[in-house]
Amino acid sequence: MNALRADAVLRLRSNRGAMLALYLVLAVVVCTLVGPWLNPNRGETLDISHVATQPGLEGAHWFGTDRLGRDLFVRTLEGTRLSLAVGLLAGAVSMLIGIGYGAIAGYFGGRTDAVMMRIVEMMSGLPLIFFVIFLTVIFGRNEYLLFLSIGAVGWLTMARIVRGQTLSLRRREFIEAAIVSGAGAGRIIRTHVIPNAIGPVIVYATLTVPEIIMFESFISFLGLGIQEPRASLGTLIAAGATEMEAAPWMLLVPGGILAVLLLCLNIVGDGLRDALDPRAPV
Amino acid sequence: MLRYFLTRLAGAVPTLFFIVTITFFLVRAAPGGPFDQERTLPPEIMANLQDAYGLDQPVFTQYARYLGALLHGDFGPSFRYQDFSVSELIGQGFPVTLELGSLALLLALGLGIPLGVVAALRRNRAADYAAISLAVIGIAFPTFVVLPFLGLVFGIHLHWLPVAGWEPGSPSHLVLPVIALALQPLSVIARLVRASVIEVLRSQFIRTALAKGLPPHVIILRHALRPALLPVAGFLAPAVASVMTGSLIVESIAGLPGIGRYLVQGALNRDYTLVMGMVVVYSALLIGMGLAVDLLYAWLDPRVRLAP
Repeated sequence: MNALRADAVLRLRSNRGAMLALYLVLAVVVCTLVGPWLNPNRGETLDISHVATQPGLEGAHWFGTDRLGRDLFVRTLEGTRLSLAVGLLAGAVSMLIGIGYGAIAGYFGGRTDAVMMRIVEMMSGLPLIFFVIFLTVIFGRNEYLLFLSIGAVGWLTMARIVRGQTLSLRRREFIEAAIVSGAGAGRIIRTHVIPNAIGPVIVYATLTVPEIIMFESFISFLGLGIQEPRASLGTLIAAGATEMEAAPWMLLVPGGILAVLLLCLNIVGDGLRDALDPRAPV
Repeated sequence: MLRYFLTRLAGAVPTLFFIVTITFFLVRAAPGGPFDQERTLPPEIMANLQDAYGLDQPVFTQYARYLGALLHGDFGPSFRYQDFSVSELIGQGFPVTLELGSLALLLALGLGIPLGVVAALRRNRAADYAAISLAVIGIAFPTFVVLPFLGLVFGIHLHWLPVAGWEPGSPSHLVLPVIALALQPLSVIARLVRASVIEVLRSQFIRTALAKGLPPHVIILRHALRPALLPVAGFLAPAVASVMTGSLIVESIAGLPGIGRYLVQGALNRDYTLVMGMVVVYSALLIGMGLAVDLLYAWLDPRVRLAP
């Protein structure tokens, strides 16, 4: 297993595009953590003397300001941080649910499996984005609800992947050996099934994060997600779209950052898939 | 084939019923009633309103009535757009959404398939790079970035096309929304077709056709294309879903009077009945399209319908 993992790291490292994308994502993450402190402006201060200023050095508004005179450098970085946090958090939640659900369904098999996967199938037939909109109508706009509903969208595919892996692991000798030596189902799932199914899980998790970032931006763009004065990439893009005639940078800056993030995360995910596929040549 | 259709239908109907039931009871579970305002209404008026909307009946009576009305295509009155029923609003908006969505799908298919084929035939040449860059755009630039950007370039700077708005019978208002909506499925289709054509061209029957001395265009059009298009048929249902969710955004940005815009506005106004009706309509559309695509797939590929 360790040799396999070392091979995978080696393959990933030799994939220049994926490594570049990985470094870019890390650079964006570091920028969102450190960047706001490098600029004297604060995201929620209204600078009345610089309303809708172009990007430049004037008043240290490096990315310009919006219609209220808020600094867009700081706001964009803070918005990116929020979007990334939502992506990672909701991604982790959906990964945990998906792994647990898929492993249980695959391990116990039979009727349990049939019922559990039937539920997954039904849920993936639902137009979940409309459902999320519907939930925001009923329960008001609320960030926790957003996390919850995004998590509920993400785990379905993960559950399918883990179940498939578990089904094939279930028939292997070392699982039989564990059963014979008296290990319980919970223990076998934790120590034997999940660690061996982790490769595809990692790949899919990497691909889930950009999907969730996109989903959050979509909902926030419509005005149903993150609310003012807080910013996420979606709300910034929405504000930019209404001001694009007078202040195109308000659209181009957050749009560009979202594009870089989505693209790089997808490339990293593809790179990981190639690296973890044992059939691939070193 | 009929048996296959019936099993698929037996799966679809309960899903739709489930959606209707869930939306109905979620609305009833919502905190606050639809007539809560800053000013409390006199109890007589409240009672009249409750009576007019049937809200004074027991929940299950209301549920039975709602189901009965739904079967007749009646979604009840809108709470916010006064004097309009939800069915009227949907009826007004649906043709616009349908036109937008079907044009976008046609563009995605009509451009994506040839692009994918050409990219596969001329790997590492101009068409291939075009397909790859399109795929990159499709991944990295969501609709809500692309459409304002297109408006900025073609509307505000070049003055070629209107940025937003809608006039019946004026196709120029639809150009940018359709392009923005088509981009994402277009990129996926081009990528799918490219990969599957490359794979099909390696198979034995293509080698046979080559050995028989058939001209290349006959090999591509008559032998390679049909099996190569199977993944595209499989992608049609997700493509419809993506176009439908995308139309929420596109209609809101471009100000098109389709049902997507009513859904977003209804959500912002907390117009329960309108949003409920929209969720049911969208679900029914998606499930219906999914069913149609499954049938198409089964027709194209006998292995699907013969599988146990």
